[in-house]
Amino acid sequence: MAAVPNAKPAPPLTSDTLQSLRSVVADFDHDQLLWSSGYLAGLAGAAATEALPPPAADAGADTWTVFYATETGNSRRIAQSLGERAKEAGIAVELQDLRDYRPKGLAKLSNALFVVATHGIGEPPDGSELFFEFWLGERAPRLEQLNYSVLALGDSSYADFCAMGQILDDRLRALGAKPVVDRMECDLDYDAPAAAWTKSVVEHAVANSATEPPQSVRSPHLRAVSNRLTYTRDTPFPAEILLDQPITGQGSGKDVRHIELDLESSGLRYEPGDSLGVVPQNPPQLVEALLEATRLDGDSEVNVNDSPMALSAALATHREITIVNRPLLETVAQHHDDLQSILADRNRLTEFFASRQVIDLFADYRKDWSSQELVDCLRRLTPRLYSIASSPDANPDEAHLTVSVVRYEQFGRPHWGSASNFLAGGASQVPVYIEPNDRFRLPQDGDTPIIMVGAGTGVAPYRAFVEHRREHGQGGDNWLIFGDRNFASDFLYQLEWLRYRKDGILTRMDVAFSRDQQQKIYVQHKILEQAQRLYAWLERGAHFYVCGDAERMAGDVHQALLSVVQQQGKLSAERAAEYVNELKSGRRYQRDVY
Amino acid sequence: MGRENNLSPVEHIKKRSNYLRGSIVESLADPLTGALAEDDTQLTKFHGFYQQDDRDLRADRTRRKLEPDYSFMIRVRVPGGVTTPAQWLALDALAVSHANNTLRLTTRQAFQFHGVKKGNVKATIRRINDSLLSTIAACGDVNRNIMCTPLAEISAVHEAAYKVAGDISEHLAPRTTAYHEIWLDKTRVAGTPDHEPIYGETYLPRKFKIAMAIPPSNDVDVFAHDLSFIAIEKDGELAGFNVLVGGGMGVTHGEPETYPRVADVIGFCNVEQAVSVAEHVVGVQRDFGDRSNRKHARLKYTIDDRGLDWFREALAERLDFALAEPEPFQFTSRGDRFGWQQDQRGSWHLTLFVPEGRIQDKGRSRLLTALRELAGIHKGEFRLTANQNLIVSGVASTDRKDVERLFEQHGVNLLQTLSPLRQQALACVALPTCALAMAEAERYLPDLTGKIEGLLQSHGLLEESISLRITGCPNGCARPYLAEIALVGKAPGRYNLYLGGDAEGMRLNRLVEENIDETQILAKLDRAFAQFAGERQMSESFGDFANRERFAEAGAN
Repeated sequence: MAAVPNAKPAPPLTSDTLQSLRSVVADFDHDQLLWSSGYLAGLAGAAATEALPPPAADAGADTWTVFYATETGNSRRIAQSLGERAKEAGIAVELQDLRDYRPKGLAKLSNALFVVATHGIGEPPDGSELFFEFWLGERAPRLEQLNYSVLALGDSSYADFCAMGQILDDRLRALGAKPVVDRMECDLDYDAPAAAWTKSVVEHAVANSATEPPQSVRSPHLRAVSNRLTYTRDTPFPAEILLDQPITGQGSGKDVRHIELDLESSGLRYEPGDSLGVVPQNPPQLVEALLEATRLDGDSEVNVNDSPMALSAALATHREITIVNRPLLETVAQHHDDLQSILADRNRLTEFFASRQVIDLFADYRKDWSSQELVDCLRRLTPRLYSIASSPDANPDEAHLTVSVVRYEQFGRPHWGSASNFLAGGASQVPVYIEPNDRFRLPQDGDTPIIMVGAGTGVAPYRAFVEHRREHGQGGDNWLIFGDRNFASDFLYQLEWLRYRKDGILTRMDVAFSRDQQQKIYVQHKILEQAQRLYAWLERGAHFYVCGDAERMAGDVHQALLSVVQQQGKLSAERAAEYVNELKSGRRYQRDVY
Repeated sequence: MGRENNLSPVEHIKKRSNYLRGSIVESLADPLTGALAEDDTQLTKFHGFYQQDDRDLRADRTRRKLEPDYSFMIRVRVPGGVTTPAQWLALDALAVSHANNTLRLTTRQAFQFHGVKKGNVKATIRRINDSLLSTIAACGDVNRNIMCTPLAEISAVHEAAYKVAGDISEHLAPRTTAYHEIWLDKTRVAGTPDHEPIYGETYLPRKFKIAMAIPPSNDVDVFAHDLSFIAIEKDGELAGFNVLVGGGMGVTHGEPETYPRVADVIGFCNVEQAVSVAEHVVGVQRDFGDRSNRKHARLKYTIDDRGLDWFREALAERLDFALAEPEPFQFTSRGDRFGWQQDQRGSWHLTLFVPEGRIQDKGRSRLLTALRELAGIHKGEFRLTANQNLIVSGVASTDRKDVERLFEQHGVNLLQTLSPLRQQALACVALPTCALAMAEAERYLPDLTGKIEGLLQSHGLLEESISLRITGCPNGCARPYLAEIALVGKAPGRYNLYLGGDAEGMRLNRLVEENIDETQILAKLDRAFAQFAGERQMSESFGDFANRERFAEAGAN
C-alpha cells in the first residue's frame, strides 16, 4: 500500500504515526506483511537514492510557501484564499501542490504552511505519498531552519480523522522545525476554523516580516477576477435538471441515474475530469423521521448563523443529517455510556461510522433534545462532488452526472443519501458549481493511448474522456476496464460503449461483473488477465486512470498494476514500485477515488 | 430462372460461412454484448437456436442505455417426439439451470428452451448432446424435426413408422463438422474438407418440414408440410406411405404472392423407398427453389410456379423407382385423446393436457416437478404430440395408480374437464420472446379461450368440437390456416380472423375480417355461433358450416 509511511520499530515514528501504521496493517496476513516489508524497504531505498534536482530559486527568507494536498479541492481552495489574504497583507506567498513537489526541497525553505487533507481511512491524498514517505522516513534531514504551521482537514465520520495533518505536525516538530501557529483541525464544515487559522498565520507573517506592507491592498489582477460573475461553492448556480434517467435495469440492486443539467447562461466551464459540486437539500422523509425520533416540532424556531428559521427548514437545508461525525457522536455519548465505550474502541468506532447514519443515532439513543440543541450539535450541510460524465464540447451548456441513489433499509428503518436523493428526487433545479480537478486530465497529446479503470459510477469521467476525444477527432487508443455487479442490469452506458467500439473510438473494453458467477470477478482481475497487453500499452506511453471506490477498488487496482509491471517487466518488487511511482510523478497514473 | 444474380442476403451469408461456421465462436466470446454478430444470428438457426430478446423490456432498456435483454431459444430435435426418462431428466435439469424454468413443447413435437443467456448456450447444447439428443438442424434452411403421430393404440405401425422417421432424419442431417467443433470441442481432422452431399454449401433456399401421419389421426396436420407421408396399414403392419408435397402455412401480411397451401398427394412408396423419396424431393427443392426472395422460397411456391406435373417429372427423373398410385386413407380427427389408453400389447399410455404447451410449475399445478419425479421412476417413454401435449407412454397396469397419485400430489388435475375447444386450442410462443410476433398468442390463449367458451355456452355449443388456433404473426407456427377458427396477429391487440377449416385438417379456412380487436372478434363469433346453432345441418361441424356460409363474402354479416 503506497500510503503506508516508511516504518521502523523504533523512532523516528511517533506513537501516533506508529499506531496509524499498525491500524493499516492490522488485517494483513503473513504473506501481505512480508510483501509490504519488502515494498517499504524498496521505497526507502528509492527515496534515498533519488537524484533530486536543486529546488527552484530559493524562496526568500520572507516568502511563505503554502503547500496543499487535496482530494476534493478543499485544501487548494483554502490555500488560494490564504494566498490572497497574504498578498493583500503584503506577504510574498507561493502556492505549491504537494504532489508536484520534490520532497527534499522543504529542507531549503524557511517558511512553510501546510493545508493537508486526510483521505478515507487515514491516508494522504492521492499523489502526496512520496512526500510523506520521504519526510516520515529515517533519512529525512533536520529542519531546524523551518517555521511552519499545519491546517489539518478531515472528515470526522472516519476514525482516523485528520490523521495526516497530525502525523506531519508531529514529525516536523520532531525534526526541529518551529510551529509558529498551533495546528488547527477542521471537519467537513471547515470554513470558520480555516478562516481563523488563515488569520493567525497571516498575522504572524506580517508581524515577523522585514518589509512594510504595501499601501495598495488589492492587486489589479484580483480585482479583475472578483468583478467577473462566477458561481462558486458559496454562490452556486441553480441548474435546471433536463433529464433524470434510470440506467440500471430491472432486477438491479442499485438505482443509478443519468442526470443532465442545464448550465446555459451560467458561464460555468469545465474540462473532462472535473467534478460538479452539488449543494443538496436533505430528503423530506428523512427530516420527518429525524423529527419523529427526537420528538421535536418541525415548526419550532431555531437560529442558524444568527438567522431565525423553522427547525424543519434548518434540517432540510442547513444541517448534515446523514453522515455521523465524531463531535456529534461525542455529544450524544454524553448521555449514553455504551456510546462512550464505542468511542474508546477504534474498531467498533470504525464499524459504527461505516454502518450508522444520523437517524440511527437519534432513534437508537434517545434523549430529550431542544430544537436549538439539535441544530447546534449537527454540523453544517456540505456540498457533494460528482465526477462529470460529459464532455463540454460534445454537450455545450450541459453537465451530465452518473448518480447512484442511496436508499436502503437497515436496522429496521429506511436510509437515504442526501445529494443523490435530491438529484433524483424530482427537484427541477439544483445549486451547482464546478470543482476543477487538474489531477485527472486527459493527456495533452491526443495520440497518447489511455487506459481507464472504473467501477460502478466511477465510469462517469471516462464517458467525458471518450466523448471529448471523439469530438476532437483525437486518434489515441482508448481502453476501458469497467466493473459492476451484473451484466444484465448494471452495465452502465452499455449502448454507448458498444457504439464507440463499433465506430473504432473505443479500442478495447474489458468488463468484470462480480456477481454473474460463483467466483467474484473485479476490475483488478481483468488487469491481471490482460497483463501483457496492459504493460505493452504502458510501454507505449499510455496514461493509466482509476476512478471509483477508494476503500477497496483503488488499492486492489494499485496492487494489480504493481504485479503486472513486476511480472511483465521482469522487475524486482522495488523496481516495479519505482516504475509505478514514475508513472505517478509523470502524471501518467491518475486517480479520482472517493 | 436467372435469379443467381439476385440472391437474397441470407444466401450470401450461408455461402461465406464456411459450412455454417461464420464467426459464431467469436460472437460467443464477446463479453460486451448478450447478442451475436448479425450474420451469425442467421447461421445459429442451423445449429438449433434463435436470438431473441424480451420485447416487453426493449424500449425501456434502450432508454436506460442498455442493450435489449437478449437470450436464446434453443430447440431440441426429437424425431417423432419420443424421449426416454433419462433424456427427460437431462432436459429438465437444463430448463432449471440454464433456461427460464420451463420446457416448451412445440407444434412440431420438439422441445424449446427459452431465456438461455449467451454464456450458457454452449453448455446447454453440449448437455443436450450428452443426453443423445441434438439441436442441429432444429431450425435453419434444412430439413427440421420430423413429426410422427405418437399414436399409442397401433403400436406395431407406430414403431415401424417411427423408425422410418428416424432414418429420414438421420439421412437429411447436415454433415458439416462445424457443429461438433463449436459445441462439442471436437477438433477437425486435418485435410478433410467439409462436404454436404445432399445440401451443398448454401443448403436449402428455406426451411423444409416433413411429417408422418398414422390414420385415422391427422394430429400432425399432414397437409401443412413441404413433404409428408401417410402411413398405410395392411394386416396390422406398415405397408408403406402415401407421399404428399407442397403444403405450407407461412404467409406475409400484405403480400398476395404468399399464401397457405394444402399439400398434394402424388403417389405411394413402400417402406424401404421412403428415405430415397425424401432425399430427392429435397434435391428438387435445393436446385429449383427461389433463392432470391425468402418469402417465396418454400417448396409450395416452387411447385405452383412450375406446375405439379413438372414436379412429378423432376422427381421421377431422380428416383430409380416409380411411385405407385396412392392408397385410400381416412382421417377422423386431429386432436389428442386425453387420459389413459391401452395398446395391443396391454401397455398403458396417459395423454396429459399441457396448457399452451408450457411445462412449468405455475400456481397449484406443479407439472414440471411432477414430470421430473415421474421421470425418475418411469420405465417407458415420454412422447410429445403435435398438439403440444404429452403422453406418458408404456405404463404397466400395476403402475397406473402410482402415476395418477404422483400427479395428484403435485396439483396436476387429470380429471378436470376441459371443453373440446380448450383441449384442441393451439398457440405459438409469440410475445415477449419471438422476434417475429406482432401480437400476443401463448399468453393470450387461456383468456381468449375462456371468453369464446362463454359465447359457446350461451348458444348451447360448449360441447362442440371446434379447433381454435392463434399465432402472433402470419408465419403459421400453430398451423392456423387449417383451423376452424384462427386468429393471426397483425398488431398489438389486433388480429385477422379466419373461419372455415375442417375438423380433419384437409381444408384451408378463409379470411373473414382483417385487423380487428377483441371486442370485434367476439362480436363476430357471437353472431356466427348464433347462426350456426340455428341453421346447422345434422352433425355439421362449425368449420363446415362456416365454409358453407362464406362469412367472408357475406361482408357485414
